[in-house]
Amino acid sequence: MSSTTDASTGRAQISERTLRTDRWWLPPLLNVAGLGAWVIYATVRAFMQAFYFTADQNYSYLTPFYSPCFSVGCYPEASHFGQFLPDVWWLPYAAVSLPFLLLFRLTCYYYRKAYYRAFYLSPPACAVAEPHKKYTGETRFPLLAQNLHRYFFYIAALISLVNTYDAVVAFINKDGSFGFGLGNIILVANVVLLWLYTASCHSCRSIIGGRLNHFSKHPLRYKLWGQVSILNGKHMQLAWTTLASLAITDFYIMAVSAGWWGDPRIVG
Amino acid sequence: MSYWAHFRVWRGDSEKGELVDYPAEVNEGEVVLDIIHRLQQTEAQDLAVRWNCKAGKCGSCSMEINGRPRLACMTRMNTFAEDEVVTVTPLRTFPVIRDLVTDVSFNYTKAREIPSFAPPEGVEPGEYRMQQVDVERSQEFRKCIECYLCQNTCHVVRDHEENKEAFAGPRYLMRIAELDMHPLDSADRQTAAQEEHGLGYCNITKCCTEVCPEHIKITDNALIPLKERVVDRKYDPVVWLGNKLFRRGEAANKNR
Repeated sequence: MSSTTDASTGRAQISERTLRTDRWWLPPLLNVAGLGAWVIYATVRAFMQAFYFTADQNYSYLTPFYSPCFSVGCYPEASHFGQFLPDVWWLPYAAVSLPFLLLFRLTCYYYRKAYYRAFYLSPPACAVAEPHKKYTGETRFPLLAQNLHRYFFYIAALISLVNTYDAVVAFINKDGSFGFGLGNIILVANVVLLWLYTASCHSCRSIIGGRLNHFSKHPLRYKLWGQVSILNGKHMQLAWTTLASLAITDFYIMAVSAGWWGDPRIVG
Repeated sequence: MSYWAHFRVWRGDSEKGELVDYPAEVNEGEVVLDIIHRLQQTEAQDLAVRWNCKAGKCGSCSMEINGRPRLACMTRMNTFAEDEVVTVTPLRTFPVIRDLVTDVSFNYTKAREIPSFAPPEGVEPGEYRMQQVDVERSQEFRKCIECYLCQNTCHVVRDHEENKEAFAGPRYLMRIAELDMHPLDSADRQTAAQEEHGLGYCNITKCCTEVCPEHIKITDNALIPLKERVVDRKYDPVVWLGNKLFRRGEAANKNR
Protein backbone atom coordinates (compact mmCIF):
# COMPACT_ATOMS: atom_id res chain seq x y z
CA MET A 1 0.00 0.00 0.00
CA SER A 2 1.27 3.47 -0.82
CA SER A 3 1.98 5.72 2.15
CA THR A 4 -0.06 8.39 0.37
CA THR A 5 -3.29 6.57 1.13
CA ASP A 6 -2.09 5.08 4.42
CA ALA A 7 -2.86 7.39 7.32
CA SER A 8 -1.05 5.27 9.90
CA THR A 9 1.87 7.70 9.83
CA GLY A 10 -0.24 10.64 10.91
CA ARG A 11 -0.88 11.90 7.43
CA ALA A 12 -4.26 13.26 6.37
CA GLN A 13 -6.69 10.38 5.91
CA ILE A 14 -7.56 10.53 2.23
CA SER A 15 -8.29 7.22 0.55
CA GLU A 16 -8.04 8.38 -3.09
CA ARG A 17 -4.66 7.68 -4.67
CA THR A 18 -4.92 11.08 -6.32
CA LEU A 19 -7.35 13.97 -6.33
CA ARG A 20 -6.05 15.28 -9.62
CA THR A 21 -8.86 16.12 -12.02
CA ASP A 22 -6.79 16.74 -15.14
CA ARG A 23 -5.86 14.05 -17.68
CA TRP A 24 -2.71 13.00 -15.82
CA TRP A 25 -2.90 9.54 -17.42
CA LEU A 26 -2.50 10.86 -20.97
CA PRO A 27 1.30 11.53 -21.09
CA PRO A 28 2.23 8.05 -19.75
CA LEU A 29 -0.27 6.49 -22.15
CA LEU A 30 1.24 8.38 -25.10
CA ASN A 31 4.72 7.33 -23.97
CA VAL A 32 3.69 3.67 -23.83
CA ALA A 33 2.18 3.94 -27.31
CA GLY A 34 5.11 5.87 -28.80
CA LEU A 35 7.96 3.92 -27.25
CA GLY A 36 6.14 0.60 -27.71
CA ALA A 37 5.48 1.25 -31.40
CA TRP A 38 9.08 2.27 -32.00
CA VAL A 39 10.53 -0.76 -30.22
CA ILE A 40 8.30 -3.12 -32.23
CA TYR A 41 9.23 -1.43 -35.52
CA ALA A 42 12.96 -1.39 -34.67
CA THR A 43 12.96 -5.04 -33.58
CA VAL A 44 11.21 -6.20 -36.74
CA ARG A 45 13.58 -4.20 -38.92
CA ALA A 46 16.74 -5.24 -37.05
CA PHE A 47 15.94 -8.92 -37.61
CA MET A 48 14.50 -8.59 -41.13
CA GLN A 49 17.94 -8.76 -42.78
CA ALA A 50 16.55 -7.35 -46.01
CA PHE A 51 15.85 -3.98 -47.66
CA TYR A 52 18.56 -2.18 -45.73
CA PHE A 53 20.76 -1.10 -48.64
CA THR A 54 20.00 0.17 -52.14
CA ALA A 55 21.82 -2.73 -53.80
CA ASP A 56 19.99 -2.54 -57.15
CA GLN A 57 20.41 1.19 -57.64
CA ASN A 58 23.42 3.25 -58.63
CA TYR A 59 23.29 5.21 -55.36
CA SER A 60 24.34 3.77 -51.96
CA TYR A 61 21.93 4.34 -49.13
CA LEU A 62 22.53 2.28 -45.99
CA THR A 63 19.96 2.46 -43.21
CA PRO A 64 21.31 3.39 -39.74
CA PHE A 65 19.64 0.22 -38.37
CA TYR A 66 22.27 -1.82 -40.27
CA SER A 67 25.31 0.33 -39.72
CA PRO A 68 28.06 -0.67 -39.35
CA CYS A 69 27.12 -3.81 -41.28
CA PHE A 70 29.52 -6.42 -39.89
CA SER A 71 27.75 -9.66 -40.90
CA VAL A 72 29.07 -11.86 -43.69
CA GLY A 73 25.49 -11.70 -44.99
CA CYS A 74 25.76 -7.95 -45.67
CA TYR A 75 26.12 -6.62 -49.20
CA PRO A 76 29.89 -6.06 -49.59
CA GLU A 77 29.27 -2.43 -50.68
CA ALA A 78 27.34 -1.88 -47.43
CA SER A 79 30.15 -3.19 -45.23
CA HIS A 80 32.46 -0.22 -44.90
CA PHE A 81 34.37 -1.68 -41.97
CA GLY A 82 34.70 -5.38 -42.73
CA GLN A 83 32.60 -8.52 -42.19
CA PHE A 84 33.13 -10.89 -39.30
CA LEU A 85 29.74 -11.70 -37.78
CA PRO A 86 28.08 -14.99 -38.80
CA ASP A 87 24.99 -14.74 -40.99
CA VAL A 88 22.35 -16.30 -38.75
CA TRP A 89 18.72 -15.23 -38.46
CA TRP A 90 18.90 -14.40 -34.76
CA LEU A 91 21.85 -12.02 -35.06
CA PRO A 92 21.13 -8.54 -36.48
CA TYR A 93 23.64 -7.46 -39.09
CA ALA A 94 24.51 -4.44 -36.90
CA ALA A 95 24.74 -6.54 -33.75
CA VAL A 96 27.87 -4.66 -32.68
CA SER A 97 26.27 -1.22 -32.55
CA LEU A 98 22.57 -1.82 -31.85
CA PRO A 99 22.94 -3.06 -28.25
CA PHE A 100 24.98 0.01 -27.32
CA LEU A 101 22.56 2.38 -29.00
CA LEU A 102 19.74 0.67 -27.14
CA LEU A 103 21.62 0.94 -23.85
CA PHE A 104 22.49 4.58 -24.53
CA ARG A 105 18.80 5.40 -24.84
CA LEU A 106 17.73 3.02 -22.08
CA THR A 107 20.01 4.76 -19.58
CA CYS A 108 19.32 8.27 -20.96
CA TYR A 109 18.02 10.59 -18.24
CA TYR A 110 15.04 11.63 -20.36
CA TYR A 111 13.99 8.11 -21.33
CA ARG A 112 14.38 6.99 -17.76
CA LYS A 113 11.82 9.58 -16.72
CA ALA A 114 9.53 8.51 -19.56
CA TYR A 115 9.59 4.77 -18.95
CA TYR A 116 9.73 4.91 -15.15
CA ARG A 117 6.50 6.84 -15.38
CA ALA A 118 4.85 5.08 -18.30
CA PHE A 119 5.85 1.44 -17.86
CA TYR A 120 6.86 1.10 -14.22
CA LEU A 121 4.32 3.64 -12.87
CA SER A 122 6.89 4.92 -10.46
CA PRO A 123 5.11 7.29 -10.31
CA PRO A 124 2.60 7.32 -13.19
CA ALA A 125 2.31 11.11 -12.78
CA CYS A 126 3.20 13.68 -10.15
CA ALA A 127 1.12 13.36 -6.97
CA VAL A 128 -0.46 10.12 -8.20
CA ALA A 129 0.27 7.21 -5.87
CA GLU A 130 2.37 4.43 -7.35
CA PRO A 131 1.25 0.80 -6.94
CA HIS A 132 4.51 -0.60 -5.54
CA LYS A 133 4.91 -1.72 -1.95
CA LYS A 134 8.65 -1.05 -1.88
CA TYR A 135 10.92 1.32 -3.70
CA THR A 136 14.71 1.44 -3.72
CA GLY A 137 15.19 3.42 -6.92
CA GLU A 138 18.64 3.33 -8.45
CA THR A 139 20.42 2.33 -5.26
CA ARG A 140 20.98 -1.32 -6.13
CA PHE A 141 21.39 -3.71 -9.05
CA PRO A 142 20.01 -3.73 -11.71
CA LEU A 143 19.00 -0.06 -11.71
CA LEU A 144 22.35 0.92 -10.19
CA ALA A 145 23.66 0.19 -13.69
CA GLN A 146 21.95 3.36 -14.92
CA ASN A 147 25.21 5.00 -13.83
CA LEU A 148 26.83 3.39 -16.88
CA HIS A 149 25.12 5.94 -19.11
CA ARG A 150 28.42 7.70 -19.61
CA TYR A 151 30.09 4.64 -21.14
CA PHE A 152 27.23 4.31 -23.60
CA PHE A 153 27.51 8.01 -24.39
CA TYR A 154 31.15 7.51 -25.40
CA ILE A 155 30.20 4.57 -27.63
CA ALA A 156 27.16 6.34 -29.09
CA ALA A 157 29.40 9.25 -30.09
CA LEU A 158 31.63 6.78 -31.99
CA ILE A 159 28.59 5.25 -33.70
CA SER A 160 27.42 8.73 -34.68
CA LEU A 161 30.78 9.10 -36.45
CA VAL A 162 30.00 5.90 -38.38
CA ASN A 163 26.53 7.24 -39.27
CA THR A 164 28.16 10.47 -40.44
CA TYR A 165 30.54 8.47 -42.65
CA ASP A 166 27.56 6.57 -44.12
CA ALA A 167 25.78 9.84 -44.89
CA VAL A 168 28.90 11.25 -46.60
CA VAL A 169 29.70 8.19 -48.74
CA ALA A 170 26.05 8.09 -49.83
CA PHE A 171 26.89 11.09 -52.02
CA ILE A 172 29.24 8.87 -54.07
CA ASN A 173 27.43 6.69 -56.59
CA LYS A 174 28.56 3.13 -57.24
CA ASP A 175 30.13 4.24 -60.55
CA GLY A 176 32.21 6.79 -58.61
CA SER A 177 30.26 9.87 -59.71
CA PHE A 178 28.72 12.43 -57.40
CA GLY A 179 25.04 11.88 -56.67
CA PHE A 180 22.44 13.72 -54.66
CA GLY A 181 18.82 12.82 -54.07
CA LEU A 182 16.06 13.03 -51.50
CA GLY A 183 17.59 10.08 -49.64
CA ASN A 184 20.78 12.08 -49.08
CA ILE A 185 18.80 14.91 -47.53
CA ILE A 186 17.06 12.43 -45.22
CA LEU A 187 20.33 10.74 -44.26
CA VAL A 188 22.08 14.04 -43.53
CA ALA A 189 19.13 15.40 -41.55
CA ASN A 190 19.05 12.21 -39.50
CA VAL A 191 22.78 12.45 -38.76
CA VAL A 192 22.53 16.10 -37.75
CA LEU A 193 19.66 15.26 -35.39
CA LEU A 194 21.59 12.29 -33.97
CA TRP A 195 24.54 14.54 -33.20
CA LEU A 196 22.29 17.11 -31.58
CA TYR A 197 20.68 14.42 -29.42
CA THR A 198 24.07 12.95 -28.47
CA ALA A 199 25.58 16.35 -27.70
CA SER A 200 22.55 17.34 -25.61
CA CYS A 201 23.03 14.34 -23.33
CA HIS A 202 23.35 15.11 -19.62
CA SER A 203 26.57 13.08 -19.42
CA CYS A 204 28.04 15.15 -22.26
CA ARG A 205 27.04 18.31 -20.40
CA SER A 206 28.85 17.09 -17.32
CA ILE A 207 31.98 15.97 -19.17
CA ILE A 208 32.20 19.19 -21.20
CA GLY A 209 32.11 21.46 -18.17
CA GLY A 210 29.49 20.54 -15.60
CA ARG A 211 32.01 18.79 -13.43
CA LEU A 212 34.11 21.95 -13.08
CA ASN A 213 33.89 24.19 -10.04
CA HIS A 214 36.03 26.98 -11.46
CA PHE A 215 34.61 27.99 -14.83
CA SER A 216 36.92 31.02 -14.67
CA LYS A 217 39.94 28.72 -15.08
CA HIS A 218 38.46 27.00 -18.14
CA PRO A 219 36.89 29.69 -20.38
CA LEU A 220 36.63 27.46 -23.47
CA ARG A 221 34.98 24.61 -21.60
CA TYR A 222 32.67 27.11 -19.92
CA LYS A 223 31.60 28.43 -23.32
CA LEU A 224 31.03 24.91 -24.61
CA TRP A 225 29.14 24.01 -21.44
CA GLY A 226 26.84 26.96 -22.09
CA GLN A 227 26.17 25.74 -25.64
CA VAL A 228 25.56 22.16 -24.52
CA SER A 229 23.29 23.43 -21.75
CA ILE A 230 21.11 25.14 -24.35
CA LEU A 231 20.89 21.88 -26.28
CA ASN A 232 20.32 19.97 -23.05
CA GLY A 233 17.17 22.01 -22.47
CA LYS A 234 15.81 20.41 -25.66
CA HIS A 235 16.89 16.87 -24.77
CA MET A 236 13.35 15.50 -24.57
CA GLN A 237 12.37 16.99 -27.92
CA LEU A 238 15.57 15.68 -29.50
CA ALA A 239 14.99 12.24 -27.98
CA TRP A 240 11.62 11.97 -29.71
CA THR A 241 12.73 13.70 -32.91
CA THR A 242 15.60 11.27 -33.37
CA LEU A 243 13.34 8.27 -32.79
CA ALA A 244 11.16 9.63 -35.57
CA SER A 245 14.09 10.50 -37.85
CA LEU A 246 15.63 7.06 -37.41
CA ALA A 247 12.35 5.35 -38.27
CA ILE A 248 11.69 7.66 -41.23
CA THR A 249 15.22 7.20 -42.59
CA ASP A 250 15.02 3.45 -42.23
CA PHE A 251 11.55 3.26 -43.76
CA TYR A 252 12.55 5.46 -46.68
CA ILE A 253 15.58 3.31 -47.49
CA MET A 254 13.52 0.15 -47.09
CA ALA A 255 10.94 1.54 -49.53
CA VAL A 256 13.57 2.57 -52.08
CA SER A 257 15.54 -0.68 -51.84
CA ALA A 258 12.34 -2.75 -52.07
CA GLY A 259 11.31 -0.82 -55.15
CA TRP A 260 8.12 0.60 -53.61
CA TRP A 261 9.15 3.99 -54.97
CA GLY A 262 12.24 5.49 -56.56
CA ASP A 263 14.52 8.07 -55.04
CA PRO A 264 13.94 11.52 -56.59
CA ARG A 265 17.42 12.46 -57.84
CA ILE A 266 18.59 16.05 -57.97
CA VAL A 267 22.08 15.24 -59.27
CA GLY A 268 23.23 11.94 -60.71
CA MET B 1 -17.72 39.59 -11.89
CA SER B 2 -18.44 37.45 -8.85
CA TYR B 3 -19.68 33.90 -8.78
CA TRP B 4 -20.21 31.13 -6.26
CA ALA B 5 -17.72 28.30 -6.38
CA HIS B 6 -17.98 24.83 -4.90
CA PHE B 7 -15.08 24.19 -2.53
CA ARG B 8 -14.24 20.87 -0.84
CA VAL B 9 -11.78 21.39 1.98
CA TRP B 10 -10.18 18.64 4.03
CA ARG B 11 -10.98 19.11 7.72
CA GLY B 12 -9.53 16.98 10.45
CA ASP B 13 -6.41 16.04 12.36
CA SER B 14 -3.98 13.13 12.56
CA GLU B 15 -6.73 10.87 13.95
CA LYS B 16 -9.53 11.44 11.48
CA GLY B 17 -10.75 13.79 8.81
CA GLU B 18 -12.95 14.26 5.77
CA LEU B 19 -13.60 16.52 2.83
CA VAL B 20 -16.23 19.13 3.70
CA ASP B 21 -18.24 21.00 1.06
CA TYR B 22 -18.48 24.77 1.18
CA PRO B 23 -20.04 27.29 -1.17
CA ALA B 24 -17.70 30.25 -1.54
CA GLU B 25 -18.01 33.62 -3.24
CA VAL B 26 -15.26 34.32 -5.75
CA ASN B 27 -14.38 37.76 -7.04
CA GLU B 28 -12.32 38.74 -10.05
CA GLY B 29 -8.56 38.49 -9.54
CA GLU B 30 -8.73 36.29 -6.46
CA VAL B 31 -6.51 33.34 -5.65
CA VAL B 32 -7.32 30.15 -3.73
CA LEU B 33 -5.88 31.58 -0.51
CA ASP B 34 -8.37 34.47 -0.73
CA ILE B 35 -11.21 31.96 -0.81
CA ILE B 36 -9.76 30.01 2.12
CA HIS B 37 -9.62 33.29 4.07
CA ARG B 38 -13.23 34.03 3.08
CA LEU B 39 -14.26 30.63 4.38
CA GLN B 40 -12.48 31.44 7.66
CA GLN B 41 -14.54 34.63 7.87
CA THR B 42 -17.84 32.95 7.05
CA GLU B 43 -18.48 29.22 6.91
CA ALA B 44 -15.47 27.75 8.74
CA GLN B 45 -14.10 30.14 11.31
CA ASP B 46 -11.92 27.46 12.93
CA LEU B 47 -10.31 26.35 9.64
CA ALA B 48 -6.55 26.06 10.18
CA VAL B 49 -4.26 27.27 7.40
CA ARG B 50 -0.63 28.37 7.38
CA TRP B 51 0.11 31.48 5.35
CA ASN B 52 2.22 34.57 5.45
CA CYS B 53 3.26 36.78 2.54
CA LYS B 54 0.50 36.18 -0.06
CA ALA B 55 3.14 36.91 -2.68
CA GLY B 56 4.65 33.51 -3.44
CA LYS B 57 7.85 34.29 -1.58
CA CYS B 58 7.50 32.84 1.90
CA GLY B 59 6.54 29.27 0.97
CA SER B 60 4.01 28.97 3.80
CA CYS B 61 0.72 28.27 2.02
CA SER B 62 1.74 25.01 0.35
CA MET B 63 -1.24 22.69 -0.06
CA GLU B 64 -2.79 20.43 -2.67
CA ILE B 65 -5.39 21.97 -4.93
CA ASN B 66 -7.34 19.54 -7.07
CA GLY B 67 -4.65 17.03 -6.21
CA ARG B 68 -1.76 19.18 -7.39
CA PRO B 69 0.82 20.52 -4.95
CA ARG B 70 0.61 24.32 -5.23
CA LEU B 71 1.02 27.56 -3.35
CA ALA B 72 -2.53 28.70 -2.53
CA CYS B 73 -1.52 32.33 -2.91
CA MET B 74 -0.26 31.75 -6.45
CA THR B 75 -3.17 29.68 -7.72
CA ARG B 76 -5.56 32.01 -9.46
CA MET B 77 -9.25 31.19 -9.35
CA ASN B 78 -9.65 32.02 -13.04
CA THR B 79 -7.68 28.86 -13.85
CA PHE B 80 -10.77 26.89 -12.79
CA ALA B 81 -14.10 26.71 -14.58
CA GLU B 82 -16.89 28.38 -12.59
CA ASP B 83 -18.75 25.07 -12.22
CA GLU B 84 -15.61 23.14 -11.27
CA VAL B 85 -15.33 21.67 -7.78
CA VAL B 86 -12.12 22.92 -6.17
CA THR B 87 -10.71 20.37 -3.73
CA VAL B 88 -8.17 21.61 -1.19
CA THR B 89 -6.20 19.22 1.02
CA PRO B 90 -3.09 19.45 3.17
CA LEU B 91 0.26 18.20 1.86
CA ARG B 92 -0.05 14.42 1.83
CA THR B 93 3.57 13.50 2.56
CA PHE B 94 3.82 15.06 6.01
CA PRO B 95 1.86 14.40 9.21
CA VAL B 96 -1.18 16.62 9.47
CA ILE B 97 -1.56 18.87 12.50
CA ARG B 98 -5.00 20.22 11.71
CA ASP B 99 -6.98 20.93 8.55
CA LEU B 100 -4.57 22.37 5.99
CA VAL B 101 -1.57 22.63 8.33
CA THR B 102 1.06 19.90 8.27
CA ASP B 103 4.14 19.21 10.37
CA VAL B 104 7.06 19.83 8.01
CA SER B 105 9.78 19.15 10.56
CA PHE B 106 11.04 16.24 8.41
CA ASN B 107 12.58 18.92 6.22
CA TYR B 108 14.31 20.67 9.11
CA THR B 109 15.81 17.34 10.17
CA LYS B 110 17.12 16.74 6.66
CA ALA B 111 18.53 20.28 6.48
CA ARG B 112 20.49 19.73 9.69
CA GLU B 113 22.00 16.51 8.36
CA ILE B 114 23.93 18.37 5.65
CA PRO B 115 27.27 19.78 6.83
CA SER B 116 27.45 23.50 6.18
CA PHE B 117 29.84 25.30 3.83
CA ALA B 118 33.43 24.26 4.53
CA PRO B 119 36.04 26.80 3.36
CA PRO B 120 39.56 25.61 2.56
CA GLU B 121 41.99 25.34 5.44
CA GLY B 122 43.64 28.62 6.29
CA VAL B 123 41.03 30.77 4.54
CA GLU B 124 39.21 32.89 7.10
CA PRO B 125 35.85 34.63 6.75
CA GLY B 126 36.49 37.87 4.93
CA GLU B 127 39.15 36.26 2.77
CA TYR B 128 36.77 34.39 0.44
CA ARG B 129 37.48 35.40 -3.14
CA MET B 130 35.39 34.03 -6.02
CA GLN B 131 34.67 34.91 -9.61
CA GLN B 132 31.05 35.67 -10.42
CA VAL B 133 31.16 33.14 -13.25
CA ASP B 134 32.04 30.44 -10.72
CA VAL B 135 29.10 31.04 -8.42
CA GLU B 136 26.28 32.11 -10.73
CA ARG B 137 25.32 28.55 -11.70
CA SER B 138 24.33 27.64 -8.16
CA GLN B 139 22.63 30.98 -7.54
CA GLU B 140 19.60 29.45 -9.26
CA PHE B 141 19.25 27.13 -6.27
CA ARG B 142 19.25 30.08 -3.87
CA LYS B 143 15.86 31.09 -5.25
CA CYS B 144 14.34 28.27 -3.19
CA ILE B 145 11.61 29.58 -0.84
CA GLU B 146 11.48 26.38 1.27
CA CYS B 147 7.85 25.69 0.39
CA TYR B 148 8.59 21.92 0.43
CA LEU B 149 6.34 21.27 -2.54
CA CYS B 150 9.17 19.28 -4.13
CA GLN B 151 9.70 17.31 -0.94
CA ASN B 152 5.97 16.65 -0.78
CA THR B 153 5.64 15.57 -4.40
CA CYS B 154 8.66 13.29 -4.60
CA HIS B 155 7.24 9.77 -4.76
CA VAL B 156 10.31 8.36 -2.98
CA VAL B 157 8.95 9.60 0.34
CA ARG B 158 5.37 10.45 -0.61
CA ASP B 159 4.57 6.83 -1.44
CA HIS B 160 7.14 5.20 0.84
CA GLU B 161 7.27 6.50 4.38
CA GLU B 162 10.05 4.01 5.12
CA ASN B 163 12.42 5.91 2.78
CA LYS B 164 12.27 9.10 4.82
CA GLU B 165 15.22 8.07 6.92
CA ALA B 166 17.54 7.32 3.99
CA PHE B 167 16.45 9.99 1.51
CA ALA B 168 17.10 13.70 1.90
CA GLY B 169 14.64 14.70 -0.82
CA PRO B 170 15.14 16.96 -3.84
CA ARG B 171 15.39 20.20 -1.89
CA TYR B 172 18.34 18.97 0.18
CA LEU B 173 20.05 17.08 -2.61
CA MET B 174 19.92 20.40 -4.43
CA ARG B 175 21.61 21.98 -1.41
CA ILE B 176 24.36 19.36 -1.62
CA ALA B 177 24.74 20.06 -5.34
CA GLU B 178 25.00 23.77 -4.58
CA LEU B 179 27.78 23.16 -2.06
CA ASP B 180 29.55 20.67 -4.32
CA MET B 181 29.59 23.23 -7.14
CA HIS B 182 30.84 25.97 -4.79
CA PRO B 183 34.36 27.07 -5.83
CA LEU B 184 35.55 27.32 -2.23
CA ASP B 185 33.81 24.39 -0.56
CA SER B 186 36.30 21.73 0.48
CA ALA B 187 34.08 19.00 1.93
CA ASP B 188 33.46 15.69 0.17
CA ARG B 189 29.84 16.08 -0.92
CA GLN B 190 29.71 13.45 -3.66
CA THR B 191 30.32 10.34 -1.59
CA ALA B 192 28.02 11.69 1.12
CA ALA B 193 25.27 12.42 -1.42
CA GLN B 194 25.27 8.81 -2.58
CA GLU B 195 25.95 7.01 0.67
CA GLU B 196 24.34 9.20 3.35
CA HIS B 197 21.65 11.28 1.67
CA GLY B 198 20.13 8.74 -0.71
CA LEU B 199 20.87 10.28 -4.12
CA GLY B 200 20.41 6.83 -5.69
CA TYR B 201 16.74 6.80 -4.66
CA CYS B 202 16.04 9.61 -7.12
CA ASN B 203 14.82 8.17 -10.41
CA ILE B 204 14.73 11.61 -12.02
CA THR B 205 11.02 11.60 -12.86
CA LYS B 206 11.12 15.40 -12.52
CA CYS B 207 8.06 15.95 -10.33
CA CYS B 208 10.15 18.24 -8.11
CA THR B 209 10.85 20.44 -11.11
CA GLU B 210 7.20 20.37 -12.21
CA VAL B 211 5.88 21.73 -8.92
CA CYS B 212 8.61 24.25 -8.07
CA PRO B 213 6.93 27.67 -7.83
CA GLU B 214 10.30 29.34 -8.38
CA HIS B 215 10.79 27.37 -11.60
CA ILE B 216 14.15 26.05 -10.44
CA LYS B 217 15.27 23.26 -12.75
CA ILE B 218 15.97 21.00 -9.80
CA THR B 219 16.39 17.79 -11.79
CA ASP B 220 18.34 19.04 -14.79
CA ASN B 221 20.56 21.57 -13.03
CA ALA B 222 21.07 20.02 -9.58
CA LEU B 223 20.15 16.35 -9.24
CA ILE B 224 21.42 15.03 -12.59
CA PRO B 225 24.68 17.05 -12.41
CA LEU B 226 25.15 15.67 -8.88
CA LYS B 227 24.51 12.13 -10.13
CA GLU B 228 27.05 12.75 -12.89
CA ARG B 229 29.61 13.98 -10.35
CA VAL B 230 29.09 10.79 -8.37
CA VAL B 231 29.66 8.86 -11.61
CA ASP B 232 32.89 10.84 -12.07
CA ARG B 233 33.98 9.74 -8.66
CA LYS B 234 32.76 6.18 -8.47
CA TYR B 235 32.05 4.73 -11.88
CA ASP B 236 33.97 6.44 -14.71
CA PRO B 237 37.16 4.52 -15.63
CA VAL B 238 38.48 7.40 -17.74
CA VAL B 239 38.38 9.80 -14.81
CA TRP B 240 39.85 7.14 -12.52
CA LEU B 241 42.72 6.53 -14.95
CA GLY B 242 43.32 10.26 -15.34
CA ASN B 243 43.51 10.70 -11.58
CA LYS B 244 45.95 7.81 -11.32
CA LEU B 245 48.17 8.89 -14.23
CA PHE B 246 48.38 12.50 -13.18
CA ARG B 247 48.38 11.71 -9.45
CA ARG B 248 45.33 13.86 -8.83
CA GLY B 249 44.00 13.45 -5.31
CA GLU B 250 40.94 14.63 -3.43
CA ALA B 251 42.06 18.25 -3.25
CA ALA B 252 42.54 18.40 -7.01
CA ASN B 253 39.10 16.92 -7.47
CA LYS B 254 37.56 19.80 -5.51
CA ASN B 255 39.84 22.39 -7.10
CA ARG B 256 39.06 21.57 -10.72
